[in-house]
Amino acid sequence: MFRPARSVLSFLVVISALTVLWEVVKLLGGDPSEAWTPPFQWTVASDLNMPHVWDIAASFVEPAQRNGPPLGLVLVNAGIFTFREAFGGFVFGALLGLALAIVFVHSQLLERALVPYVVASQTVPIIAIAPVVVIWLRGGWLAVAVISAYLTFFPVTIAGLRGLRSPDPRALELMRSYASSSRDVLVKVRLPAAAPYLFAAFKVAATASVVGAIIGELPSGIRDGLGGAILNFNQFYVSGPPKLWAAIIVAAVVGIGFFALVRVAEVLFLRGRAAPSDA
Amino acid sequence: MTLSVVRVRGVDKVFGAGADKTPALEKIDLEIPKGAFVSLIGPSGCGKSTLLRLIGDLTQPTAGMIEVNGKTAHRARLDRDYGMVFQAPVLFDWRTVQGNVELPLEVSAKNKSARADRAKAMLALVELTGFERRYPWQLSGGMQQRVAIARALSFEPAILLMDEPFGALDEMTRERLNLELLRIWKQTGTTIVFVTHSIPEAVFLSTHVAVMSARPGRIIEVISVELPQPRNDLTREDERYFGFITRVRERLRGHEVGKPGAAEVAAS
Amino acid sequence: MTRRIRYYGPAVAVFVGVLGLWELAVRALGIQQFLLPPPSSIGSAFAEHFDELITVGRNTLVEAVGGLLIGGVTALVVAFATARWATASRALLPFAIAANSVPIIAFAPIMNNWFGILNPLSKMMVVAVLVFFPIMINTLRGLTLVDQASLELMRSYAANELAIFAKVRVPNALPYIFTAFKVSATLSLIGAIVAEYFGGSRSALGQFIITEAAFFRFANAWAAIVVASVVSIAFFLIIVAIERVAIPWHSSARIADSS
Repeated sequence: MFRPARSVLSFLVVISALTVLWEVVKLLGGDPSEAWTPPFQWTVASDLNMPHVWDIAASFVEPAQRNGPPLGLVLVNAGIFTFREAFGGFVFGALLGLALAIVFVHSQLLERALVPYVVASQTVPIIAIAPVVVIWLRGGWLAVAVISAYLTFFPVTIAGLRGLRSPDPRALELMRSYASSSRDVLVKVRLPAAAPYLFAAFKVAATASVVGAIIGELPSGIRDGLGGAILNFNQFYVSGPPKLWAAIIVAAVVGIGFFALVRVAEVLFLRGRAAPSDA
Repeated sequence: MTLSVVRVRGVDKVFGAGADKTPALEKIDLEIPKGAFVSLIGPSGCGKSTLLRLIGDLTQPTAGMIEVNGKTAHRARLDRDYGMVFQAPVLFDWRTVQGNVELPLEVSAKNKSARADRAKAMLALVELTGFERRYPWQLSGGMQQRVAIARALSFEPAILLMDEPFGALDEMTRERLNLELLRIWKQTGTTIVFVTHSIPEAVFLSTHVAVMSARPGRIIEVISVELPQPRNDLTREDERYFGFITRVRERLRGHEVGKPGAAEVAAS
Repeated sequence: MTRRIRYYGPAVAVFVGVLGLWELAVRALGIQQFLLPPPSSIGSAFAEHFDELITVGRNTLVEAVGGLLIGGVTALVVAFATARWATASRALLPFAIAANSVPIIAFAPIMNNWFGILNPLSKMMVVAVLVFFPIMINTLRGLTLVDQASLELMRSYAANELAIFAKVRVPNALPYIFTAFKVSATLSLIGAIVAEYFGGSRSALGQFIITEAAFFRFANAWAAIVVASVVSIAFFLIIVAIERVAIPWHSSARIADSS
């Protein structure tokens, strides 16, 4: 069931409720002002730790640096930069993931030999090997895209393998009775059957690609994206807590936006098909 | 038919509302005497399953009234007068065979040792002694359905409602389970309402066959199957058996102009 | 036995082959240490710093497990509480799905500020937020995606909501919950390491790797990376083992039985 209006509405309701809750916490335990002295003093609720919602909102229009462009513009540019890395990583990762799944579905030997390492690869802390990748690829957004692809290929491979195996065995036998090539079986039976599984994986991959891009920026010295912005505003946190919060909000928007994009593609592509119950 | 377990009077069932309104059942009258074995038979979409669900209070009639043991169907359900068996066994993967049979007893808060004794007795009744500790997925389809029957009988329901319980099984298993069901029916004296697509199955099992027509669902005739009891493999070769099959088939066909034998096709 | 060899053989062969090739390539091509140290020097670095690596790994594991417990328990409580009310869970789900696509690691510096940069709790909270949404979403699905026929069966027994919850919904949710915890086990360790990147105790995997890399002691850094993956695989396998014991009836256990 896809009811975008309803989903968006309930999302907004929950977000508004959380915003109100945020200010209620500040009202109860935040820093005292001329107008109001809160009954409690909670460190977590101080202006340093939980800036007022309106201060965060205001920080978007204030200049990020003296005489510089407004923070909002800086962050939007950083967001676009990070999204480009993430998108690159998503495309690399999805293609690699699908290719691996197709290879594994055709060769049991390769599946047994490699799938354990595909799984194990995800236990390697990507942030630790990111600097090495950056050195190998001589920096730039391409290196970050490769790091991001490292996180995105995995769900696609696993779901792809399951999806390519999902067709009814009778459908495969039917194709065999036509003496069709394995390429025909792949294109006409396996890939269409795998589509819902793949889209479920693409949604996970979209999120992972943004995470990968942000993580990839951290050790690689790239400061044009959101990872750089977060690192930067973290260093100067004491002088402007709302800026870090603003950067986090933009990162959240990029993550949710990419997810939503894939979701829309999924709805358009799979129109009229029943979703598999377990994907 | 003085001692009626189920009494259905002037029941209508309409699904949906407004333009999507579809009448499923119309003016249904049915009396089921105590200890009877009644089959509901009819083409797909005749509402036979709906009628069964109405009797079991899993859905409510749009008009008319249903009495079970002299109570409303709702009251009868709360008093746990029903045992249900569906086409799928609907066994819980996470429970052993015995655990599944104990489920209704747990719900009705029977104590533990009474539950175990009762479950073992029911499993013996369906000839599954020795399988108590197995999980449902370790059993064949026919065995799973027998577990479902044991479960339905476990709290001695006044009435057993069976919705195409053997529909998904192969012919051989189905015939064997038919015999077993008759034996259980004789042993327990339970009243059974049985929905099926298969004319021979309906005739073989039932004391009464209610023949239904489609859109809207109506009961055309309730045929008393006067074949000697107990029935066995010889019954299937009895001429009178074929006579009743022909009679049911003709009643079905009479209401399906242009689609001779549709019910049989659906059953195969 | 021969079946075992045929099953695991290829994977073992790849492991040995890749290590050998790696060693050979590094030596033959003269690849510098900072690009890729050979397995042999990673091995000796591991032996040399064994005690420190164990301490460092244990500290990070504590953060990961603590975070998984905090986040997991909270997620279960929220899912169980909201599953009771269909409207509440339906309203919460889009938010949870959206929140699940937020790069949570961005909150790491915030948590450092909230709970103190050297306090392991700051890392635990990052992990907790990271695992909260997948576990909550999966649990909610498990509790609500119940076979309709099972519900009708329970209705025919005149079972109340509590009985349906305890006997149908919760057992139905268990496989979903274990799946979420398996994914979260790996996630929690990576989350802890990334959180450490934003500052924290020197005696933890993330900071250890950064410092060693900064001083060009790459073999040490790689030894720590190996520790990280071994710990996270072990953590994953522990949850798999718990799953086997807790839900032996589930299909994941069945496949293992038949092979």
